[in-house]
Amino acid sequence: MSEHSTYQPGTGVEKWLDERLPVVRFAKEHLMDFPTPKNLNYFWTFGAILAIMLVVQIVTGIILAMHYTPNIAMAFNSVEHIRRDVNGGRIIQATHAVGASMFFAALYIHMGRNLYFGSYKAPREILYIIGVLIFILVMATAFMGYVLPWGQMSFWAATVITNIFAAIPVVGNPILELLRGGFAVDNPTLNRFFSLHYLLPFVVAALVALHIWALHVPGNNNPTGVDVKSSRDTVPFHPYYTMKDLFAIVVFAIPFAWFVFFIPDILGHPDNYVMANSQVTPAHIVPEWYFLPFYAILRAIDFNILFIDSRLGGVIFFAGSIVILLFVPWLDRSPVRSGTFRPLFKWFYWLFIINFLALAYLGAAPAEGIYVVLAKITTFYYFFYFLVVLPFLPMFEKPRPLPTSISESVLGKALP
Amino acid sequence: MFNIKTLISAAALTAALVAVPAVAQEADTHATPHIERQDWSFAGIFGTYDQNQLQRGFQVFREVCANCHSANLLAFRNLAEPGGPHFSEEQVKALAAEYEVADAAAEGGVRPAVPADRWPSPFANDQEAREANGGSVPPDFSVLAKARGVSDPFPTWIFNYFTAYAEGGPDYIHALLNGYREPPEGFELPEGKYYNEYFPGHAIGMSPPLSDDQITYEPGENGETVPQTVEQYSQDVSAFMMWLAEPGLVARKQTGFVVLLYLFAFAGLLWFTKKRIWKSVEH
Amino acid sequence: MATGAVGAVGAAAVAWPLINQLNPDASTLALASIEFNLTGIEEGQAVTIMWRGLPVFVRHRTPAEIEEARAVPLADLKDPETDEQRTQEGHEQWLIMIANCTHLGCVPVGQSGDFDGWFCPCHGSHYDTAGRIRKGPAPKNLVLPPYNFVSDTLVQIG
Repeated sequence: MSEHSTYQPGTGVEKWLDERLPVVRFAKEHLMDFPTPKNLNYFWTFGAILAIMLVVQIVTGIILAMHYTPNIAMAFNSVEHIRRDVNGGRIIQATHAVGASMFFAALYIHMGRNLYFGSYKAPREILYIIGVLIFILVMATAFMGYVLPWGQMSFWAATVITNIFAAIPVVGNPILELLRGGFAVDNPTLNRFFSLHYLLPFVVAALVALHIWALHVPGNNNPTGVDVKSSRDTVPFHPYYTMKDLFAIVVFAIPFAWFVFFIPDILGHPDNYVMANSQVTPAHIVPEWYFLPFYAILRAIDFNILFIDSRLGGVIFFAGSIVILLFVPWLDRSPVRSGTFRPLFKWFYWLFIINFLALAYLGAAPAEGIYVVLAKITTFYYFFYFLVVLPFLPMFEKPRPLPTSISESVLGKALP
Repeated sequence: MFNIKTLISAAALTAALVAVPAVAQEADTHATPHIERQDWSFAGIFGTYDQNQLQRGFQVFREVCANCHSANLLAFRNLAEPGGPHFSEEQVKALAAEYEVADAAAEGGVRPAVPADRWPSPFANDQEAREANGGSVPPDFSVLAKARGVSDPFPTWIFNYFTAYAEGGPDYIHALLNGYREPPEGFELPEGKYYNEYFPGHAIGMSPPLSDDQITYEPGENGETVPQTVEQYSQDVSAFMMWLAEPGLVARKQTGFVVLLYLFAFAGLLWFTKKRIWKSVEH
Repeated sequence: MATGAVGAVGAAAVAWPLINQLNPDASTLALASIEFNLTGIEEGQAVTIMWRGLPVFVRHRTPAEIEEARAVPLADLKDPETDEQRTQEGHEQWLIMIANCTHLGCVPVGQSGDFDGWFCPCHGSHYDTAGRIRKGPAPKNLVLPPYNFVSDTLVQIG
C-alpha cells in the first residue's frame, strides 16, 4: 500500500517544515489519502470508536485523579466527594465508570468482527497480536481502576484476583506478597494500583499507535477478505471513512449518554457503595460484566487434573483462554479469510458467540447445580473452537467461490 | 452492505451486552419475599424529587433515624440546595446552630455548627456505636440508598435498562421498614434481634423504628395534611435517603436530555452528510 | 563479553531494588506478632481478629464440635490432617486459623455449611469444625498461623 505521496507543500512555511519534520505530509498520507477498501461495513467503525473511547477514558481519568485520594481511609469518600462536590463531578465520574463498560462493549464487537472476517490472517498477524496485547492491558487497567473507589466489590475483586497468582507453585506466595505489598490487600495495594492505573492507558495508547502503523502496512481487510487489486477497490480515508466513522461514533454515544445520565449505576453493583471491609465478604461477589466469561472459565475447573489441583487448573485455563488468542493466526488453517464464504465455519462461529455470551451468563450465576455443568460445557467449546474447529474444519469444508475483486463483489450485489 | 444476519447479530450482541451485567443481581435473596416497587416521583427518566416529601423525609430522619445512624457526607448546606429539600438559607443556618460540632480551635473543643459543617454523628466512633446498639454498628446513611438493591427476576432486569429504573434501593428500604413480623414457627431468633421479612437472614438488630403518629407533620400551606402512618413515614424517609445518596439526580437528568437531543440531531445530520459523500461510490 | 556481563550485573542490581520496593514494607512487617486475650469468648462463640492485615478466626469449640471433627476418617479429607494437628495439646477447644478461604481469599461465614464449620460465599467451599476443606473448589484446609499459648487465656499469634 506504499503509495507515492501526493502532498505538495503549498507555502514556504509548509515547505520549510516538510524538509525538517514532515508531519503534515504524514497526516495527509495516513489520515486523509490512505486508500481504504470501499466495501467496509459498520463493524469496521469500531476501531475508530475504540480510539475515541480511549481518549474519553484518559481525559476523564486525568480529571478524576485531580480530586481522588489513593488512601484506604479516604478513597471511598473522595470518590463521593467527586460525585457530590466537584463541579460536574457526578457526570465525569459516571462517564469514566460507564466508559469502561462501553469500551469493552466496543472491544468485544471489534474482536468478534476480526474473528468472523479472518482479519488476523497473513499478512496481518502482527497487527492482530498487538491488538490482543492491547486487550490484555485494557483488562488489567480496568481491573485496577475498579479497585480505586475502595468499595466492598473493589476490595474483594482485588483479593480474589491477586490470589489467582498464589496458585502458581513455589513462587506463588512471594509473588502474591510482591503484588499486594503486604499479606493482605491494603493501603500499599491501593497506592500501586492507582499508580499503574494511571500509567497503563498511556502504554495502551502507544500500542494503539503501533496497531495503526501495522494496519497501514498491509491496509484494511474487508468483508470479502479479498485483497485490494486496484485503486478502483478503494476510496481515500477522508472524507469517506472519516464521516462514516464520525457518524458511528455519535450513534455509539447515544446509549453511552443514556447510561451516564439516566442509569449510571446499573452496570455496577450496590455493594460497591459500601466501604471496603476486610472482615466481611459480600454474599455474592461477581466481577464486572466484561470479565464474566473468563471468570466462568476460572470457576469451571473444580476438579483435579493429574497432579494439578483444581485451583491451579482453573488459573491455567483462565490464562490459557486469553493466551490462546495470540496463536489464532496459526491455528486457523483455512486459506479463505472471510467467514462469508465459509458455509460450515459460520455455524461454528455463531455458536462460539452464543457460547461466549453463555459463559458470561454463567460467570454471574451461582456456582451450583446445573450452572456448574453448563460452565464446563461452555468452557470446553471455547477451547474446542480454537484448538479443533479452526485448524481442522478447513479439511472438511468447501468454501464458496470468492469474487475476483472487491469491485466485482460490490457490483454483483447490486444485481437482483 | 447490511444484510439481515449482520443486523440480527448486532442486535443480539447489543442485547446480550446490555443484559448480562444484571444477571449479577439476579441470584440473591432466595428466601426473601418479592419486594414491591413503589411509585417514586424520582423514578424513570422524567423523575424529579418531590420537595415536600424530602422535607418530610428529613424530619423523619432527624427525629428518628439520626439518633443512631450517622450521615457523614451530608452537610447542612446540602439541605438548602435546589433539587433537594431546598430549605431556605435562614432555615438551614438556624438548624445548624442547634447542633454542636467538634472543632479543636474552638474554646472547649466544640462550637455551634454552621451550614458548611457536616451532619454530626450520634456516636464518637464505631466501637461506641457498636456497644450502644447490641453489637452491630448502624450503617451510615450517606449512600445507603444506593448500597442496597432489589434483585429483579428475568426479564424485568432487562427492561430496567430501557425504562431507566434504578430505584431498587429505596424500594428495599421501604420494604424493610414495613417488614417487621412475628418470627415464623421454628425460626431461632437470637436475643436482642428482631424478625424482618426483607432483611437478609431475617434477624435484624434494629428494633421497629417507626410507629403511627410518631412524628407530627406540619400541615401544608393550603391546609392539606399527609397521613401520619408508618407507610407514609417510610415512603418519605426512603425518598430522602435516595436524595441523600444521589443529590444531583435532577440536574443530571436535565443535562441528559440536552445531551441526547444534541446527539440525535448531530447523528441525523451526519447520516445525511455521509450519504451524500458516498453517493457516487458503488459499495 | 566481559563488558556485557558487567553491564548485565549492573542492570540487574538496579532492577532489583525497583522490584523489591513492591514487597511488604517495614511498617507492615512490624505488625508481625500480636497478643490476644481469650477471656470473654464463650463456648460456641467465634471472634475475628486482625493479624498482619489478615482476619484470623478464634473459635471456642464445644465438646460436640471437637468430637465431630475427630470422628472424621482421614480418608474422607481432601487435605488430610487430624484434628490434633490443627490444635495445640491442652488447648483443643481453641481453633485459631487465618480467615481467608484457601481458594481465592474470601472470608467464610462461620457456623454454616454442610459440615457445621464454615461456608465460603464466594465459590461455595465448605469447611468442617476443624477448618478442614470438605467440599468445593478450595484445595487446602484453612491455614493455621504460627501461634503459642503464653498462658491459658493469652495467645501470641505470629
